[in-house]
Amino acid sequence: MQLRLDVHEQHLLSDLLDELERLLDDPDDPELRRLFPPAYSDRVHDEQYRSLVRDQLVSGRAKALATVRETLVAETLDLEQADQWMRALNDMRLFLGTRWDVTEQLDYGKLDLNEPGGRELAVYGYLSWLQEQLVEALQSS
Amino acid sequence: MSTIVAPAEIEVREPVVDEDWQEERPWVVIVWNDPINLMSYVTLVFQKLFGFSLQKATQLMLQVHNEGKAVVSSGNREKSELDVSRLHAHGLWATMQQD
Repeated sequence: MQLRLDVHEQHLLSDLLDELERLLDDPDDPELRRLFPPAYSDRVHDEQYRSLVRDQLVSGRAKALATVRETLVAETLDLEQADQWMRALNDMRLFLGTRWDVTEQLDYGKLDLNEPGGRELAVYGYLSWLQEQLVEALQSS
Repeated sequence: MSTIVAPAEIEVREPVVDEDWQEERPWVVIVWNDPINLMSYVTLVFQKLFGFSLQKATQLMLQVHNEGKAVVSSGNREKSELDVSRLHAHGLWATMQQD
């Protein structure tokens, strides 16, 4: 599928890749809690689950970020790359959405870019739009 | 000299508590509604991970969205943990519990 990002979008995504890569150094960071949610309601089983899957979840995410970085200026993506893009964009939305406590009622029309979080919520909106395009393209391929 | 014959040991069976009994009950994997994951994305993830048709995946996604949760798979504990971890790898809010 075709990818057409202008240089501003590429810079924006590159900064987000940097930030998420840094955050992934500590998977217990509260901002990443949506990326590593609990599997079990009881703590003992959940700790076991976490220790079992954590490395795999981190390396899978790092791989998706690396794929986006490698193909940031590409003009086409194959299906595997598009899948990695979709997951990386989702992870970006998850940490930004967690940071600013996004709800389903988020009204982009009322965003104030001068307010704390205003800019990042606008970025969140952009990522949502971009991910939607990608999902549509994958769905029809 | 007499020998003392030890009485034959009577085998006393402790009542067996089968610690694995819970393991035998099936587990279900539940996906919960959340405000971040896009509806179209959740649908696509269901299709990809479980091989559901677009119709079936959409129906499950709508159940998550409208009712707050939906059971997306069931099976033994290992399979359910694998399903949960694949959902977690895709950023979905999934948990597992015994049926």
